[in-house]
Amino acid sequence: MRTKDLVVTAISNTFRSKLRTTLTVLAIFVGAFTLTLTNAVGAGVSQYVDAQVGALGSPDVFIITQASDATAAGDGPVEYDAASSASVSSQQGPPGTTTKALTDADLQAIGDTAGIESVDPIRSVQPDYIEYESGTPYEFSINATSAVTTADLTAGAQLDGGATEAQLVLPDAFVTPLGFASADDAVGASVSIGITDILGAKHVVNATVVGVSLESLLAAGAGANDALIAELADAQSGGIDTAVTSYGVAVAHFDTALSTDAVTALKADLATAGYTASTIEDQLGAVQTVINGIVGVLNAFAVIALIAAAFGIINTLLMSVQERTREIGLMKAMGMSGGKVYTLFSLEAIVIGFLGSAIGAGVAIGLGSALSAVLSQGLLSGLPGLNILLFEPLSVAFVIGLVMLIAFLSGTLPAQRAARQNPIESLRYE
Amino acid sequence: MDSEWVIDAQGLEKSYGSGASRFDALKGVSVQIAPGETVAIIGKSGSGKSTLMHLLALLDEPDRGTLQVAGKNAKSLSKRAINELRNKEFGFVFQQFFLTPNVSVLDNVILPLKIAGMGGKERRRRGMEVLEQLELADKAGSKATTLSGGQKQRVVIGRALVNAPRVIFADEPTGNLDTATGAVVEDILFDLNRSQGITLVIVTHDEELAARCDRQIYIRDGLVVSHTTSTHTGAHALIIGGAA
Repeated sequence: MRTKDLVVTAISNTFRSKLRTTLTVLAIFVGAFTLTLTNAVGAGVSQYVDAQVGALGSPDVFIITQASDATAAGDGPVEYDAASSASVSSQQGPPGTTTKALTDADLQAIGDTAGIESVDPIRSVQPDYIEYESGTPYEFSINATSAVTTADLTAGAQLDGGATEAQLVLPDAFVTPLGFASADDAVGASVSIGITDILGAKHVVNATVVGVSLESLLAAGAGANDALIAELADAQSGGIDTAVTSYGVAVAHFDTALSTDAVTALKADLATAGYTASTIEDQLGAVQTVINGIVGVLNAFAVIALIAAAFGIINTLLMSVQERTREIGLMKAMGMSGGKVYTLFSLEAIVIGFLGSAIGAGVAIGLGSALSAVLSQGLLSGLPGLNILLFEPLSVAFVIGLVMLIAFLSGTLPAQRAARQNPIESLRYE
Repeated sequence: MDSEWVIDAQGLEKSYGSGASRFDALKGVSVQIAPGETVAIIGKSGSGKSTLMHLLALLDEPDRGTLQVAGKNAKSLSKRAINELRNKEFGFVFQQFFLTPNVSVLDNVILPLKIAGMGGKERRRRGMEVLEQLELADKAGSKATTLSGGQKQRVVIGRALVNAPRVIFADEPTGNLDTATGAVVEDILFDLNRSQGITLVIVTHDEELAARCDRQIYIRDGLVVSHTTSTHTGAHALIIGGAA
């Protein structure tokens, strides 16, 4: 029997007992539907987190602070050292935690560490407001690390770090209030940023909007390039050189060609020198682990449903073999080999598996896309850019393939039984 | 061994079960069948006549004895070769029709060709040819379940005939049919024998049907009890040495 004939015969045999096939397909449908959805949730959330990681910084970036000077109880007060004792508020640890500031000497030391390509201090600026063409001013903040991050843009382009012109990436929430018709309309416009210097005098700095970004969960505020930050910092200092330059945090770029092990070694080197270096991945690793855990548990439930469905396939095919005993006997009497009979029944199992999984995945994609759209307007509107259900063609194909494999394995027992049948016994069968 | 026989069986024995429940279905049966012959195997139920047919048709293996089919020793043939032999050289007609329900008459008829791996077009052409020969061409597209008993048995004959076999084995071919329809089916079978020279091996307990064959082999309790040769045809009449 030709392969094409075997496949065609298997497909038509599947539809011979429509009700039974439908019920078995339904059981598989439930499993495939669930598995497709849980995979989509995993992919959707992962993609969102990845976008957030992009917003936090590039993969070749260390966030560097002084190692925290945890004062052990009983050691007594630490002696003052003019060179290193300046403290700044830290983002690590409980609110109010301070860490020793990084000085220019520290930056020099970090920059000299083998493997570090460049190091830049993060200068935080606190602008008061933003306004466009003398419209209503709005309160406004700038994300200090935006110069090294990749914004999740809806319009325009990323910041140009090397540009001398002051550039701004505007959060999309500001587009309408500032009087722009659309995000595209905002790109290229010149806006005014108000800032108060340390002496209480007001200054206005102009910047060009180069892009509009989605609000990010992990990095709030607008993005500004080095030129704009420098201009704002100068305005903020009121022309006074504060003499002691100290920074809470520095951003260091390392060689992108470094392997994971080399990055770990580099971190250890910096730790020996008294600095804490962490990559964005380190900071988000815990989040990813939790998400993967949840998706894993959901997948396990879907697989349990599929295992239940596998018994349905076994049952269906056993009944089919029983019913078609004579037919099998006849085909064998007419010279069909046991191997071909086995293939025929295995193919029937695979056809059932394919039907269940293709319909399940199809319905999951249809329903899921609709649900995703509704959720992003309602319940999840606070997380712009989150596509809770992301259907990746490859993972959908994987689900269908997996279900077909499970179906094939379920078909093994009935197919073997059919293949082993003695033609005479089968033909006598009443 | 003489290759003038299409089937040459010597001292076939076959038993089922073991111990106290052991049942000797055949106790040493020798049968020789010439090409183009019509042979009836006659006996009551339980006499071993069906078992004999199964052995001759290579559907089962004898416990003892030798069997030559078309000059080849059945024992020396591989499973694959036996499957191919049954597929190409033999046709089967059973008392029960064993038609696949919900499948068209044409698809039922071409099943052996499909198993043989013949292409779709050629299959349909051969199938239609056979259906025309059996005056069933107008039913080609109907489902097998919609046919009458006589039509069904004609479809079965079509299925047995479609691969142009050398031998057709018929197990009670008219057992499920009324006298008139049965007679029509018998006429078709004997016509095929005359026009195409197909050897017929008919298992039956119907004396009238048996009498239409060239030769009758009577089986009782697993042994050949007598041989008779009909006088109505001269060409194929052969007297075969007895059994056991």
